Amino acid sequence: MTLHVTGEVLDTKRTGAYRHLTLVAPGVAERFRPGNFVAITLADSARLARRSYWIHQVRPVGGYGPALQLVVEPVGGGGSWLAGLPVGSKLELTGPLGRPFALPKEPVSCLLVGEDHSAAPLFPLAERLRERGCAVTLLVAGRDEAHLLSALEARRSARAVTVVTADGSVGQRGRVADVIAETLGRARAEVVYAAGRHDTLHAVAAAAEDHGAWSQTAVELPQPCATGLCHGCALPVVGEDGVARTVRACTEGPVVRGDRVRWGELA
Amino acid sequence: MSNPTTLAGLTLPNPVLVASGCGGTGRELTPYLGEDGLAGLGGFVTRSISLDPRPGARQPRVVETPSGLLHAEGANPGLEPFLATELPWLVRSGTRVIVSITGRTLGEHAELARLLGRAPGLSAIEVGVSGEPFHAASLVAAVVRDLPRGLPVLAKLRPDLLRVVETARAVLEAGAAAVVLADAQAAALPDGRPAGLSGPAIRPVALRCVTEVCAALPDAQVVGAGGITTAADARSFLDAGAVAVQLGTALLHDPTTAARIAAELT
Repeated sequence: MTLHVTGEVLDTKRTGAYRHLTLVAPGVAERFRPGNFVAITLADSARLARRSYWIHQVRPVGGYGPALQLVVEPVGGGGSWLAGLPVGSKLELTGPLGRPFALPKEPVSCLLVGEDHSAAPLFPLAERLRERGCAVTLLVAGRDEAHLLSALEARRSARAVTVVTADGSVGQRGRVADVIAETLGRARAEVVYAAGRHDTLHAVAAAAEDHGAWSQTAVELPQPCATGLCHGCALPVVGEDGVARTVRACTEGPVVRGDRVRWGELA
Repeated sequence: MSNPTTLAGLTLPNPVLVASGCGGTGRELTPYLGEDGLAGLGGFVTRSISLDPRPGARQPRVVETPSGLLHAEGANPGLEPFLATELPWLVRSGTRVIVSITGRTLGEHAELARLLGRAPGLSAIEVGVSGEPFHAASLVAAVVRDLPRGLPVLAKLRPDLLRVVETARAVLEAGAAAVVLADAQAAALPDGRPAGLSGPAIRPVALRCVTEVCAALPDAQVVGAGGITTAADARSFLDAGAVAVQLGTALLHDPTTAARIAAELT
């Protein structure tokens, strides 16, 4: 059940290159599962497309009940506006939206791969997997230290953590594609969850297939409405029947099996 | 939400319809409409359905521009899957189902009309027409000819101010029961691909089209469409002579808009 509600900013905090926003949104947090997102209507009525953000955490806030935390990169019209909202601001949002990550029925070994702010949905996922007895390994990547999401928290969430940055400021220098095969092998992962840029997700999906693991990828596309109305967020996939088709990333995704995505068609 | 109106012989509980291509398959909009769901609105116009499946334009399909959205998608499952899955669900929802059709030729339009004419539960057909009045009239006539009597056709016209009255007259004489004014404005995506521009940016143009047609053709049934975002916007179209309005881009910005405007118009 998805709700459209008026939310309120309870807290806003700068963390590296990002702004962490804590919001109260009645009913949305209670329905959250890792991999869900919310869509925000911008207050500027000239900006009609809505903006989607992963739900990073759900935590109780005294007097308000469970609250949502979003990770906002202050770029573009939407990101700058949202990151600049002071505590107490009201905003219209819809959620929880999208198909979440599927959780394994058995306690299996899982590798979670997150890049930049897109790593946001992996932290609550790690918690759920650990509750189910899964061994969780994290691979967290970023352009640089400022864009590395919650590296400290990552170390609390997982059995083992690998950190890579493109400039080498923290952890290994490189990108996910450089280390994914080795990390998969070391983790002996049977399931891989990934969120990041399309080329990163492609590399993860390919490595998982080579390794004999299942992969679930959280694919980000511009979602003008985020609710399935406009068919604007076409995601090219191959169906169970082997037939190429497109699905809506906002309703049939954003989490889809990595081996089902026609990555070459995602520019 | 009771504010009945009559459109093309159909009795609608209120004058607020969902515009083609802006309501998903209907299911996605339902959570934002209150307990009556789609049945609580005046009607639901489907995305444009073609004979064969169309994958739609490549990305980006929908692009934000000041006070408007550019769209170049057109994805649809094709008639057969639509009849098997989407249409029965819409009919069961209790709404007035208006199927928008699109074809490459007059023959394709006629074939769509012939096949849809047998589908149970349909309230009307909508067909987008553009170009010069004679061609628009031919298209409408081809659709009307292959439909059972009593199944009305709504002709949706591009906002061409120079010829909107002439085109409206032509399609009504060809058998259209009503005209929808207006369709998206012809525009281009940033990369030059053709697209339609919808949203508040085109509202004054659409309102002018409604005003001109209602003044020149006082017996015509007109549906106003184009950037309607508030109940006040809707009233301005109704005051200009429209019998109903269609909401499109506003639903993408805020999916609760249709229910809110329908309630406020009561």
